[in-house]
Amino acid sequence: MTIPLSMISFSLAMVIAVVMALIQFANIKILKQLARFYIWVVRGTPLLVQLYVVFFGLPGIGIVLDPFPSAVIVFSLNEGAYGAEIIRAALESVPKGQMEAGYCVGMSYLQIMRRIVLPQALRTAFPSLSNSLIAMVKDTSLAANITVTEMFMATQRIVARTYEPLALYCEVGLIYLMFSTVLTKLQRMGEKKLDFYGYQGGRS
Amino acid sequence: MIEVRNIRKSFGATEVLKGVDIQVEKGDVVAVLGPSGSGKTTLLRCMNFLETADEGTMIFDKTAYDLKKITKKDIGLIRRKTAFVFQNFNLFLNKTALENVTEGLIVARKMKRSQAEDIGRRALDKVGLGDRYSHYPHELSGGQQQRVAIARALAAEPEIIYFDEPTSALDPELIGEVLEVMRNLAREGMTMVVVTHEMNFARNVSGKVVFMEQGQVVEAGSAGDFFENPKEERTKEFLRMAEKKLL
Repeated sequence: MTIPLSMISFSLAMVIAVVMALIQFANIKILKQLARFYIWVVRGTPLLVQLYVVFFGLPGIGIVLDPFPSAVIVFSLNEGAYGAEIIRAALESVPKGQMEAGYCVGMSYLQIMRRIVLPQALRTAFPSLSNSLIAMVKDTSLAANITVTEMFMATQRIVARTYEPLALYCEVGLIYLMFSTVLTKLQRMGEKKLDFYGYQGGRS
Repeated sequence: MIEVRNIRKSFGATEVLKGVDIQVEKGDVVAVLGPSGSGKTTLLRCMNFLETADEGTMIFDKTAYDLKKITKKDIGLIRRKTAFVFQNFNLFLNKTALENVTEGLIVARKMKRSQAEDIGRRALDKVGLGDRYSHYPHELSGGQQQRVAIARALAAEPEIIYFDEPTSALDPELIGEVLEVMRNLAREGMTMVVVTHEMNFARNVSGKVVFMEQGQVVEAGSAGDFFENPKEERTKEFLRMAEKKLL
C-alpha cells in the first residue's frame, strides 16, 4: 500500500500544486485568496491532525470515507500545498523577459506559460519537488493511524504476533531507506536529463 | 509607415516620456540616441506594448490607435507586423536556436512545422549561424544569442524591427558580429528603429537620428545633419562627450 498511496497522492498533489501556483502567479483575484488560504491552513497544521479530521472527523457531518481514499485525499492536499509554494517560487525565478519575448512573437499568455515559462519553472523546481516526494513517502507511515494497511501498519501487526520489535522496526526502516535511495537515484538521473535539455536556470 | 504622437508614460511619480513624437517611413533606419534614463527604451517598449502608454496615438499602416485604450486584438494585429530584439536577448532558454526561431511561427501563427523549420533554418543561415541549429542558448556566446534573436525577429517577416540596445549586454569583441548583421539588414531595406549607444552605427548606418533627453525629443533629423550640423546646444554637447569617449 505504501507505493500506490505515494504514487497516487503525489500525482494528484502535482496537479493541485501546478494549478495553485499558476493561480497565484497569474494573480487571479478571488482564486488567489482561496489558494493562499488553502496553503496557509494546510502548511500550518500537522499532517496527523489532517488525517484524523478527514477520517475520524468528517463522519460526524455524514461524510464517511474508507481509510485509503481518506489517506489519498489528505496526502494529495498536504503535498499539493507544499508543491504549490515550490512551483510558485520557481515560476517567479523565470526571467520576465521570457514572457515578453513570447508576446513579441505573437504568443498568448497561456501559450507562453505552457511552452516556455512552466517547463523552465518545473526544471528549477525539480530537485525540491523530488525532496518533498521522498519526505512524503516516509510520511505515508502516518496513514497507519487511520487503519490504512501500509508498510508500517503491516510491521506493527507482525510485531504484535512475534514480539520482535527491534529487528522488525529496523527492517521496516531499512525498507524506507531503500525507497528513498532509489528515489534519490532517480532524482539524480532526472536532473542530468533536464540539464541536457538545456536550461541552466536563473540568468539572462 | 508608423508614427507615434504625443506619447506619455509615467512610472509612479516619475514622468519618463513627456510627449514624444516619432515618425518612421518604410525602409528607414532610425537610431534613437540619448543618455541613460532619457526614456529611449521606454519609448520603444511602449511602441510594442510591453508597457502601456498613459497617453498617445499610434498611426500604423494608416490606421490610428489610441495607445491607452488599444484592444488586445489590435495589439496582436500590430505585433504580427513588428518584431523586437532585446538588450538581454531573451531567447527561450528551454528551446534550441532553431526552436527559438520557429516557436512563434508554429504556436502563434499555426504554421506547419516543416515549413516553419525551413524559414527558421534560412533565418539562422542569414545571421551566420547555419551550424548552430540545435544549440541551446546557454551553449552560445552572447553575440550568437543576439544573432539568434535577430533571426527570430526576421522569421516573422515583420514590416519593422525594434532593437533595444542590442549590443549593450555584449562583450566588446562580440559587438561587431551583431552590428554586421544589422548593417546587412539595413542595406536590404529593412525598416528598423534602433535604441543604441553605438555612435558609429548611428552615424554610418542609420538614415535618421532621434536624440532624446529627459523624456523629450531634443533633436530629430537626418543622420548627416545630426552629426555634421547639430542645431541644439545640448546635441553638440552630447556629441562632444561621445567623441571624447571614443578617443
